[in-house]
Amino acid sequence: MIAPQDIPVVPRGVRVHWDRVREGWVLLGPERAITLDPVAHAIMSEIDGHRSLGEIVELLAAKYEAPPEQIATDSAGFLNALLNRRFLEIAS
Amino acid sequence: MTTRPPIAMLAELTHRCPLSCPYCSNPLELTRKESELDTATWCSVFTQAADLGVLQLHLSGGEPASRRDLTELVAAAHDAGLYTNLITSGIGLSEKRLAELDGAGLDHVQLSLQGTNAQMADMIGGYRGGFDRKMKVAEWIGAIGFPLTLNAVLHRRNLHQLPRAIEMAVEMGARRIEVATVQFHGWAMKNRGAMMPTRAQAAEADGIVAEARKRLKGRLVIDYVPADYHSDYPKRCMGGWGSTGLNVNPEGRVLPCHAAETIPHLQFDNVKERPLHDIWYHGSAFEAYRGTDWMQEPCRSCERKTVDFGGCRCQAMAITGDPAATDPVCIKSPERDALRGMTDEFAGDEDAPLTYRVLS
Repeated sequence: MIAPQDIPVVPRGVRVHWDRVREGWVLLGPERAITLDPVAHAIMSEIDGHRSLGEIVELLAAKYEAPPEQIATDSAGFLNALLNRRFLEIAS
Repeated sequence: MTTRPPIAMLAELTHRCPLSCPYCSNPLELTRKESELDTATWCSVFTQAADLGVLQLHLSGGEPASRRDLTELVAAAHDAGLYTNLITSGIGLSEKRLAELDGAGLDHVQLSLQGTNAQMADMIGGYRGGFDRKMKVAEWIGAIGFPLTLNAVLHRRNLHQLPRAIEMAVEMGARRIEVATVQFHGWAMKNRGAMMPTRAQAAEADGIVAEARKRLKGRLVIDYVPADYHSDYPKRCMGGWGSTGLNVNPEGRVLPCHAAETIPHLQFDNVKERPLHDIWYHGSAFEAYRGTDWMQEPCRSCERKTVDFGGCRCQAMAITGDPAATDPVCIKSPERDALRGMTDEFAGDEDAPLTYRVLS
C-alpha cells in the first residue's frame, strides 16, 4: 500500500504513450497496455521520482480545484494496482 | 460487430532455433532461412502494425537471436513507437549484443526456462550447455536493467520444479514469471504422451501458484497458464479470434494465432501481397471465427460465449475434426468425456519417448 510520504517512481520499461489510433493515453509496460483515464493520466504525469504522493495530490487538487481527499482516494487505488503489477515502484 | 484495432502482434522472425524443445509451438513444417522475410519487409510490417493500432510487439521465433539483423529490427520497431518485447531462450545473445539491443530501444525481455537445472533444461531443450549459457545471459540482462519476465514452461517431466522456478525468478530480479503449462499445439501434439501432466500435478500447480501469488504480492507478478486438458472451461484463446492480436510467420503469412495453419480450410494473406490493415479488417482467415456468429451449440446459447469465445479453434480442429466445434476442454462439450479419458491415458504413458523438434 502506498502512503502519502512515499515517492512513487516509474521503473524502466514502463511509459505513458499517446495511442494515436484510439486517441487516448495508455500506460505501456511488459506485455501489457493499460488505458489511462484523465485522472490516471494526470497522476502519471506528475510522477517525477522526487515528489511524494502527498505532494502530487496537493498539486492536482490545486490544478483541478478538487478536494484533496477525493484525489487521494482516486489515486491510491490506481497506484496500488500498478504497484502490484510491478508497473510502479516506491523510492527507497 | 465492429472490429477493433489489434493491441498486440507476434512477429515470428524465424523458425530457426538452437534448441529443439519437444513442445515447440512452431508448426511441424518449419520455414527455412531462404524463405524468411528480409529486413526491409519486416521494418515495413512494424510501421504498418503501429499505424493499425498495435501497441505491443513480441519478437519471437524460433529463436529471434538467430536473425543477424535483430538489432536493426528492434530499432525499426522502436522508431515506429511499438513496445518491443524479445522472447528468447538466451542462446545467441552475448553481452555485446544485449548492449546493442539496449541502444536500439528494446523495452523488455522474456527469457524461457526449460528446467531449473542443467540436467533437466538441457535434456528438454536438446542443447548441452544451454542452461549455463542462459544463466549468464540472465546476469547480463540484470546488469543492463532490462525488465525481465521468466517464462517457465511446465509439463509432466518438470512440474515438480515449479517452486524452484519461482525462486529463480525472484533471484534473477524478474518482475514477472509466466508459469506456462504446455499447450498442445505444434510439436507438443506429438508429445502428449511424454508431457501430459497428471491430474494431481495440475492441482498441485494451482496450489503452488496461489500460495506464491499471496507471498510475493508486489514483488513478483505470476501469470499462470494452467493445464488446459484438465480444466473445466477452455482458454480464452487469443482473447477472441481476430479481436486483439495477430501473428506474422517467418514467410510473412498473417495468422489469427500461431497454430491457425492447422485449420485446413483457412486461407492466409501474406504481407508481401496485401497491406496489414486490409488483412486485419477483411482477411478471410480473420473473419472466419471473429465474434460469435460462427458458433454452433452448445456455444451459441452459452452465457460464457463472450468470456472464452468457445475456446481454441485449433484445439477443436485437432480433437473433434471441426474447427467450429466447442473446445473439447469445456464441460459442456459432447466430446469432453472422451478428452478426459484421452488425457488420463496420455498422463499415464510412462514409456512415451520425447520427440524433439527437427527441420525435415
